[in-house]
Amino acid sequence: MADIITWVTSPTFIAYATLIGVVFMALQISAAVMVYAERKVAAFMQQRVGPTLVGPKGLLQPVADIVKLFFKEELRPKAADALLFTMAPIISVTTAFLAFGPVPFGAATTFFGLLPEPMALMIADVNVAVLVIFAVASMGVYGIVLAGWASNSKYSLLGGLRSSAQMISYELAYGMSLATVVMFAGSMSLREIVDLQQGYWFGFIPKWYIFIQPIAFFVFACAGIAETNRAPFDFPEAEQELVAGYHTEYSSMRFAMFFMAEYINMVTVSAVAVNLFLGGWHGPFIPPEYGWIWFLIKLAFLLFCYLWLRWTLPRFRYDQLMSFGWKVLLPLATVNLLLTAAGVLYFGL
Amino acid sequence: MLFYLFAGAAVAGALLVVSQRNPVYSVLALIGSFFGLSGLYVLLEAPFVAVVQIIIYAGAIMVLFLFVVMLLNVPREDAAEWDRAHPLYRPMAVRIGGVLALLLALELGWALSRTAGLGGGVADEHPAVSSVAELGRVLFTDYMFAFEVTSILIIVAMVGAVVLAKKEK
Repeated sequence: MADIITWVTSPTFIAYATLIGVVFMALQISAAVMVYAERKVAAFMQQRVGPTLVGPKGLLQPVADIVKLFFKEELRPKAADALLFTMAPIISVTTAFLAFGPVPFGAATTFFGLLPEPMALMIADVNVAVLVIFAVASMGVYGIVLAGWASNSKYSLLGGLRSSAQMISYELAYGMSLATVVMFAGSMSLREIVDLQQGYWFGFIPKWYIFIQPIAFFVFACAGIAETNRAPFDFPEAEQELVAGYHTEYSSMRFAMFFMAEYINMVTVSAVAVNLFLGGWHGPFIPPEYGWIWFLIKLAFLLFCYLWLRWTLPRFRYDQLMSFGWKVLLPLATVNLLLTAAGVLYFGL
Repeated sequence: MLFYLFAGAAVAGALLVVSQRNPVYSVLALIGSFFGLSGLYVLLEAPFVAVVQIIIYAGAIMVLFLFVVMLLNVPREDAAEWDRAHPLYRPMAVRIGGVLALLLALELGWALSRTAGLGGGVADEHPAVSSVAELGRVLFTDYMFAFEVTSILIIVAMVGAVVLAKKEK
């Protein structure tokens, strides 16, 4: 018993507990911020002004949205499967939060000497982090598929079926691009992969993997967008064809949970991309102990690209999506993997 | 302690798979069972195997299962009328199943009688397979034959599936 008390009151434990709480809140807030950013960016690209009424420049719009969503009535179709209908949004949101667990977002720090030993700015330093993220992300599809099935509605079911077909098709290419980077770095720990990208070539080109593995980055980006069901791959919720796809029958906070999951997944995919290809928290001008500022800048840029793509590219046709996934992305990723393997083996890159 | 938690989850999931009338619930219970197994791998200090188990079985194969179950819209299975008939007059499938269950019980009993004297767990005897490099080395040296045979088997199954699915021209 005394052991537990000393353990719980040790600075390291308190620091980790605080870190988990901070990351949890930050992810929730990121969803709200993304809703606002999405609407503002969309408005900017369509020469509108976007939300302006609530708060200065409409900044309090997400707060108003959340309050509204809390007070909405929760509807459940009579023919829906009660248990799975309730579980589906929970699965979605849980996997979304869980996937951020092994993602590092800053160099080890002692918080200005508050801690006896430096602590990595990540929740769980797993030595197979890349695979864990991949596994948890592949669990996310169940939330969508079950929502589609449990709603007992044609549009929902079609959305769920499309989602599972899409996830299966793009997961392979996603995994291949991850494997390429893992093979190149010779490590599966995201922390080590980030540290390998430290430094510069010729004094000014940062040693980021995006410059060595542009194909892997392209495949990762495409598959990542498809995995998070964003335009131009947003088939599970294609409004024009499926009303709202898998979440047609959802309302109130259950509906909000699906959207929270979608935005958190975007943040996670972007964070993984930053770590794998953009050098994580390494960057010029900012001292290493404030590396998380670089991380946030890169993250914000990738998230902006997400929105940018959504309002620039139209949605693919469904058969185009399938043939792109199987006939372009997967062969490309496989060839890239083989070439990288040969390079690592024979030239020791 | 944790072992019983994970093992219990795996067994409970497996029992739910066969006892559910609704096929979608069966699929979900099987996923739960896989998570229990994956927890056991973590306890054996093989995180790589644990994660790969989740990715391949829970992540890929079960999504396909769920996809097929949903696509075919398999109805709930209700108790058939032969369920109440005398065991000897039930259809062939039930009799074969009965024989297989008996064999499984015998094998289980035999296995338990052999391990009873061992006492120690497997984890104590073998070095932990936590390193991916070590796992790869063992797969391509000591277990080369089994590994290659498995891969050929998978390729044969794949080719067979493509041939079966292909429409006659």
